[in-house]
Amino acid sequence: MAAMPHEEGVQPGKEVFRQKHWGRAVMDEHKLYQLNGVVYKDILDIPELDIPENKVTCIYGESGAGKSTLLRLLNHLLSPDSGSISLRGVDISGMDPIELRRRVLMLPQNPLVYPGSIRDNLNIGIRFSGRKHCPGDHALKEVLDTSSLNKPLDTDAKTLSGGEKQRLALARLFLLDPEVLLLDEPSASLDGATERTVIANAVTYAKEQRKSLIMVSHAQHLVDEFGEAVVELARGTVSRSGKGGSP
Amino acid sequence: MNGQVEQIGLWQMVSAYIFVLFLLFIVRRRKIGREKEITIAALRMTLQLVLVGYVLVFVFDLRHPGLTVLYIAAMLVFAVFNIFRRVKTRLNRQLKLIIAGSIGFGALVSLIYFILVVIMLDPWYEPRYVIPIAGMIVGNSMTGISLGVKHLADGMKQQREHIEGALMMGAQPKEAVRDIVNSAFDSATLPTINSMVGMGIVFLPGMMTGQILSGVSPLTAINYQIAIMLGILGSVSLCVIVFVIFGYRAFFNKRAQLVSME
Repeated sequence: MAAMPHEEGVQPGKEVFRQKHWGRAVMDEHKLYQLNGVVYKDILDIPELDIPENKVTCIYGESGAGKSTLLRLLNHLLSPDSGSISLRGVDISGMDPIELRRRVLMLPQNPLVYPGSIRDNLNIGIRFSGRKHCPGDHALKEVLDTSSLNKPLDTDAKTLSGGEKQRLALARLFLLDPEVLLLDEPSASLDGATERTVIANAVTYAKEQRKSLIMVSHAQHLVDEFGEAVVELARGTVSRSGKGGSP
Repeated sequence: MNGQVEQIGLWQMVSAYIFVLFLLFIVRRRKIGREKEITIAALRMTLQLVLVGYVLVFVFDLRHPGLTVLYIAAMLVFAVFNIFRRVKTRLNRQLKLIIAGSIGFGALVSLIYFILVVIMLDPWYEPRYVIPIAGMIVGNSMTGISLGVKHLADGMKQQREHIEGALMMGAQPKEAVRDIVNSAFDSATLPTINSMVGMGIVFLPGMMTGQILSGVSPLTAINYQIAIMLGILGSVSLCVIVFVIFGYRAFFNKRAQLVSME
């Protein structure tokens, strides 16, 4: 299997991580996340970071700055080598990772499309989330609307364009009604207009449903337009954290 | 035995090695550079078979249940290490244990069923029957699991993005790898299924050929061949399903995160 530096953290005894000393985690009811010291094979070294609840937080920075790694830590696909991450004041290392991921859903950079129709692709999310009953077509059409994908449910998902696939993947997450939505640069492979639509849909959904949205981007104009809070990463640490451009 | 077996004399045997010399001539002439491997393979084959011939004579004459069991145990150990060698991917300790457990369980259950129920062997440990049958069952199961390991490891590597994508949505690892596990099972059992299709038309299988050469009626030989093919099919399926059901777990840690085999 290809060497993935991220996973090495789960294998004890391997010295791929730099040990650091960390401050004590500060509990704060009003903050959604506390990242109190995260090291990730020289990828991330964050002394402390709070991410606000029910806001659009943009994680901004050059490629290689550790943006995606940060999201993966929040989704518990990776574990920090040291320090802790809390969700609403509860350390996530003590939570069932599957339950956590069902509350904190993540959209990967490349849209994942499974064989079958749009309906099948929406229902697979339901299956993954452990729910027994698939919603009816009416509910499926509603999430497609929210995600601006106007295609019949029977359309073969393979025939969709890149932007449509990403909107389908986003609709799949909307259907699962998460507490927190993590978007890993959802527009990296899309053209400018499509890119904006995808992000605008996610932001509208988050605002209407009062969800926390954490979004990775390396495009300054998108951060300025949508970010209510901005975390700027540079060389694996937070170089700036605060309010973004116009909310 | 129903008939007389034609013996192969020493010089007749020596004359058969002309086929090896012929192959050596071709690879040398064409500068393929396989002389060493061919020579070693021919020598190993000869030496191993001579040794096993004497060991089997000893085991057959002694007819001791302990010795039969020991022989099968040795076969299984050899099969397990052979799988580790055949699979090019690095395997972690957990996966190795699962491989050993699945071939041990699958092959033994099938073998015991075959001996006690299908051919109702009396005594159950009669080495002349048990050892060749165990050899066929273990050998084929070994090939099946090797294929299963390869397809599972390749699938986990190639479909990594899909697996992680499913985990990101809160899928249990079992759900996230369901298609890969099914496809590994299918790929591992398909050769056994396919081999049944050509049987008797394209080739006469080894055991049947052996029995016919020793003078057994082809009608008796096919009975055994059909039974053993079904036994092999059962054992391969059982070993591979046990392997894939437990094997995928070695690719995840307790936090349901993917781990690397490297």
